Amino acid sequence: MSVPTRTIVLWCPDWPIFAACRELGLDPALPIALTESGVVYACSAAARHDGVARGLKLREAQYRSPALTVLDYDAAVDVRLFEPVVREVETTVPGVQIVRPGTLAMRARGPARYYGGEDAAAQALLDTMTRLGVPGARVGIADGPFAAEQAARAARATPVGIVAVGASAAFIAPLPVGLVTDARTTTLLNRLGVRTLGEFAALPEADVRRRFGAAGAFAHDRAAGREQTGVMARTPPPEFEVLQEFEPPLDRIDQLAFAFRVRAEEFIDRMRAKRLVCTGIRVELDDERGGHSSRSWLHPQWFTPADVVDRVRWQLQGTGTADAGLASPIVRLRVVPERIDSTGNHEAGLWGGGPDERVHHGLTRVQSMLGHDGVVTASIGGGRMLADRQVLVPWGDQAPERTGDRAAGAPWPGSLPALAPASVFRERLPIRLMGDDGASVTIDDRGSISTPPARFAVGGDGESPVRAWAGPWPVVERWWDAEHAKRVHRFQIVDHDGCAWLLVRDGEGWWAEARYD
Amino acid sequence: MTAPLAPAESSSRVDELQARIRGMQATRLDSKAVPTHPVFEQVLPGGTLREGTVVSIEGSTTLLMALLAGPSASGRWVAVVGMPDFGVEAADRFGIDLDRLVLVPDPGRQWLTVVAALADVIPVVAARAMGRVAPAEASRLSARLRQRGSVLLVTGEWPGSDARLGVESSQWHGLGAGHGQLSDREVVVSAGGRGEFGRRARSRLRLPDRSLGFRTAGTATDARATREPLRLDDYERPAS
Repeated sequence: MSVPTRTIVLWCPDWPIFAACRELGLDPALPIALTESGVVYACSAAARHDGVARGLKLREAQYRSPALTVLDYDAAVDVRLFEPVVREVETTVPGVQIVRPGTLAMRARGPARYYGGEDAAAQALLDTMTRLGVPGARVGIADGPFAAEQAARAARATPVGIVAVGASAAFIAPLPVGLVTDARTTTLLNRLGVRTLGEFAALPEADVRRRFGAAGAFAHDRAAGREQTGVMARTPPPEFEVLQEFEPPLDRIDQLAFAFRVRAEEFIDRMRAKRLVCTGIRVELDDERGGHSSRSWLHPQWFTPADVVDRVRWQLQGTGTADAGLASPIVRLRVVPERIDSTGNHEAGLWGGGPDERVHHGLTRVQSMLGHDGVVTASIGGGRMLADRQVLVPWGDQAPERTGDRAAGAPWPGSLPALAPASVFRERLPIRLMGDDGASVTIDDRGSISTPPARFAVGGDGESPVRAWAGPWPVVERWWDAEHAKRVHRFQIVDHDGCAWLLVRDGEGWWAEARYD
Repeated sequence: MTAPLAPAESSSRVDELQARIRGMQATRLDSKAVPTHPVFEQVLPGGTLREGTVVSIEGSTTLLMALLAGPSASGRWVAVVGMPDFGVEAADRFGIDLDRLVLVPDPGRQWLTVVAALADVIPVVAARAMGRVAPAEASRLSARLRQRGSVLLVTGEWPGSDARLGVESSQWHGLGAGHGQLSDREVVVSAGGRGEFGRRARSRLRLPDRSLGFRTAGTATDARATREPLRLDDYERPAS
């Protein structure tokens, strides 16, 4: 049996909290909790001081710490913000394994020899973390990654915890058995009177394997300090992102697009050299006043240099036109590939691409004329009002998931019958609907009308008689929410020319929502 | 196992199929047929839209959707330019495949360029003419359409369109004085144009009919008229 590898573990306490705070610009000293499906996933030191703990229900956590800021846990943020830390650590100590965001493992032998001792290596790592602005990092050195991580966690007075060679088993013996086994096994072991790792390690190995299977045997090895797994250093991924700084800052979109063209070509060429294509990028822009804009762009096929430049332009452009000046000059532009795929999956067929590829190129051309939002595809969403039911998504973007309270298939009591109007007004037209006596039709609280509609006029046009009508059909939405509550009445009418309208009466007056033309 | 059709129904089905065969066969070398909804076989000469033509449409979005439904059902892409009010849900219910529908709601001043760019790749483009089009521009675009084999359906002013469809009158059914709901509509569609489309014709169509389809208001609807329930509003008016 091999001896466990001497391992260094670098641990950043409360990394999820630190990452979320950095992402949102919050102060990590405040009581903050990250929740995942209604349960606390991670909490800051201040919140822990108030009694918040991992696994607590949200309501209980808020009861214990009334000033608690509750955020949703986003694993992607954790990983994304940890990446620069890993890169920096790799310059200090090569061959790093990411155990999880916030925890790194590396072999101890090389660094200890290079820096002249395990203590000095640990100090070098801590200096790196200080340079990165990550507070409170700790280092543990022991035999095997598990023991080293426990050493890092146990180091309270000093930031470095070193367990001497061969002493790891004794070091972890008093720790609770739940650290190596899952919740069910832990309960069972506790009932059997096995509470610490030392007690667990004292059980005969063959019996543990027979009773708890391979997972149990693995846990038993860990508990006994005979860890088989070593450090699996990652291969640093090739770097593709491009960064361009503009000195002096540029304030015109066309200048910037032109200046970035060469870099965009490099960006794509570098990937192509590795036989990769990019299907999603993130564009980050910093302006002179300290403003920061970041957005992800997807591509239905893969990015060409011109596409990348287009995305940068669209992000700058917003709703303005291409030759407009910018509010604040841009000093820095960074493009990061977010989705990378092998070219093999995107190879054009032997006889060229299908017809859809031509369509895509044509639409991209129109998009480069009108902007990203200029060309849209449509789908049907859920809702009662017609405008809610049409979902327009710019060409190339993914349609948003329509589930839960916005599902199209859900029954929407109060929505219109099967016949849908051919024209749905993007901006409702003001209309007038009057009875025989010329008084506007009103609807009382019980939903009955003051007078049957007899005359109808759109905007300021002349009146014409109403041929047929039906209504009012009440639509009451979100009455429990004062801000978004909506109570309207709908009418269908046929005007004198034989054209049918869908009218809406709300608190402000009469509107035409749609026309059946 | 299909149920045997009634004699009248089967003969109308045979007629419909024959008309479709004619529509596909009757092609000269320079203008192929685009699959069109069978309701237009009496309206459009030859029964179908032709590649490379410009058809101008007046006064009805439903009519436009009916023309788009046929090509879309046969797997072609369709594009709608300059119609921010185009009802997506109605389009879906009338048989336009939303996966192959592209909308350009606000093409702005460059709308003609956008239409030309789309016509290069999309076989059926519907557009609202925004402002006057010079005859030279129109004929340049027509040449491009002929070369690409695309169809342009245009609402608004267009010089020299090959055919013009318009709704002369429309009558909605199903809605009374304070009750009912809109169910179907009978329209009189007039068709005119130049050349092959020369003759002026009027047809009565159901756009849409009760099952959200389209059909001619001829034999089929006469048979149906007897089944229509009595309209209460003719007898019982609310006492006022």
